[in-house]
Amino acid sequence: MGEWFQAREPHCASIVFQKVDTVLELRALTKHYLTHPAVNGISISVARGEFFALVGPSGCGKTTTLRLIGGFEEPTSGEILLDGRQVAGTPPYQRDVSTVFQNYALFPHLTVAENIAFGLERRNHIAKSEIRAKVQQSLSLVQLSGKETRKPHQISGGERQRVALARSLILEPKVLLLDEPLSALDPKLRKQMRSELKSLQRRVGIAFLFVTHDQEEALSLSDRMAVMNQGSLEQVGTPRELYRQPSSRFVAEFLGGVNWVNGAGVRPEAVRISRERPGNHVHWIGGVVEACTFLGNCLHVETRLANDTRCTAEVAQNGFEFVPGDTVYIWWNTADELRIGNGA
Amino acid sequence: MSRLRATFVAPSAMVMILLFFVPLLIVFVYSLLTRGPYGGVMKPWTIESYIRVFDPLYGEILWRSVWIALLSTGLCLLLGFPLALYIARSSTHKTLLLNLVVLPFWTSFLIRTYAWMFLLRDTGLINSGLEAMHVIRQPLPLLFNTGAVILGLVYGYVPFMVLPLYATLEKLDPVLLDAAEDLGASPWVAVLRVVVPLAKPGMIAGSLLVFIPCLGAYLTPDLMGGGKTVMVGNLVQNQFTTGRDWPFGAAVSLLLMILVVIVIQALGRRGEDLI
Repeated sequence: MGEWFQAREPHCASIVFQKVDTVLELRALTKHYLTHPAVNGISISVARGEFFALVGPSGCGKTTTLRLIGGFEEPTSGEILLDGRQVAGTPPYQRDVSTVFQNYALFPHLTVAENIAFGLERRNHIAKSEIRAKVQQSLSLVQLSGKETRKPHQISGGERQRVALARSLILEPKVLLLDEPLSALDPKLRKQMRSELKSLQRRVGIAFLFVTHDQEEALSLSDRMAVMNQGSLEQVGTPRELYRQPSSRFVAEFLGGVNWVNGAGVRPEAVRISRERPGNHVHWIGGVVEACTFLGNCLHVETRLANDTRCTAEVAQNGFEFVPGDTVYIWWNTADELRIGNGA
Repeated sequence: MSRLRATFVAPSAMVMILLFFVPLLIVFVYSLLTRGPYGGVMKPWTIESYIRVFDPLYGEILWRSVWIALLSTGLCLLLGFPLALYIARSSTHKTLLLNLVVLPFWTSFLIRTYAWMFLLRDTGLINSGLEAMHVIRQPLPLLFNTGAVILGLVYGYVPFMVLPLYATLEKLDPVLLDAAEDLGASPWVAVLRVVVPLAKPGMIAGSLLVFIPCLGAYLTPDLMGGGKTVMVGNLVQNQFTTGRDWPFGAAVSLLLMILVVIVIQALGRRGEDLI
């Protein structure tokens, strides 16, 4: 704690400095299974009320990290500080964090209301009437009023997820851990739940630590995010920072498409393409169209450049058509080139 | 299609009719006749056997059978539940452990009961061992009492409790235990509040599989109880052998069956309510 943190509001250009109140801090957190390290010396701090995403390909150690914080696994070494207090070694039921599991892990024998009340009932000295009132409050928070007597198998996937959220949030944990909470939903519902999740987080003001393998989810939801690869941390920052200034080729490629042309990395949406030779004011490269993929809102034009490298350009739907075999000219603003931090 | 189904069902239906319903009918007819002088049955028709069942002497035997069977079932549940949970949650040795549970079935129940008698009798391994170590002077009364009968029943039927329990516990998602602990339940509370309710179908199935044979047990009380702990099974056997009262034996065995059907109905319905 006591560090200064540069928070960038996405919609305003000014840089706001604020004192950051760290709620969760991981210090050199490591977990070894037999010989192979699942989590390898990770250090992250999550601010109070922050929406923090942990992303990476499957097997990168992000879920293990979450289980370490939740208390389901014990770290081989390193520290987990919750509100400045070391919690590694305390069992899950004594930790002030709560987890929304990937398949929600609702208790099938209990009703919606009983599932939500489960945590409060485990605490001493809470009156039944108070529990009932809080459950009602939680139900309306996640818009499930009227479904309290249903069993988990009688409600939809999206509703199950909201029960899991309510069940954890009713305990007012310091950090809510979410393990791929949207992956069990169908794609259309997933996008809807994404915005619901975000607004819910803003309303309750609890820090969310969100694990996902979906970079789009992480980019759109999080205030800050960390990219993990093979048990190690690649980069931590705001979605914009990571997307535009990735520290490694891995981060650049994990977060979106990248063309590597003459050592420079360019996102497909930054690539300009034309059938007419542009003026001499731009530094263009000639190429041939290999394929053109229609994606609804845009076109992906795959080209092979003169030096045999491939480059994909994302083109808005503006009536242009590219046919394989077309000779095209490609260029981009040098400002749009990715600045790979560690010199990939 | 229905002819094919009939073909498949026919053999077992024949077996059931010939070896179950016909004998049952014979037992029913016998129960309504008068005892013959040397066993067997003769006319006239009467329901006297059924009236005699309610004699306090037999009521005592019936009551003893019920509580011994209940106690044995309870003990099987207490012993079997942790074992089944352990096997279900063990990651590597599931098959080995399950094989160990059913291993006793490789030997005849009669032989295993005799083995217990050799262990428990006055000059048996336990008593002579304790005497040799000077723990006791007189042999402990381990055999030929109700405790020995219950021991024998629990020993004999605990696998029937473990197997159905294992089947339900194995299906239980271990993440549910994580979730319970995450929400503040200690491991004990998690088992009590999540595992036990979800294991109820297995507990009911296992309890039926143990309770029913225990209620009708006759070999164990005969051998381990030394004839002193008479249960319904022994009563029935006696009527057909030394008692030479076949109609009464038939009436008691039918009554035992009715009792079992009632228990199955009651527990079975509760099992359906779950989840």
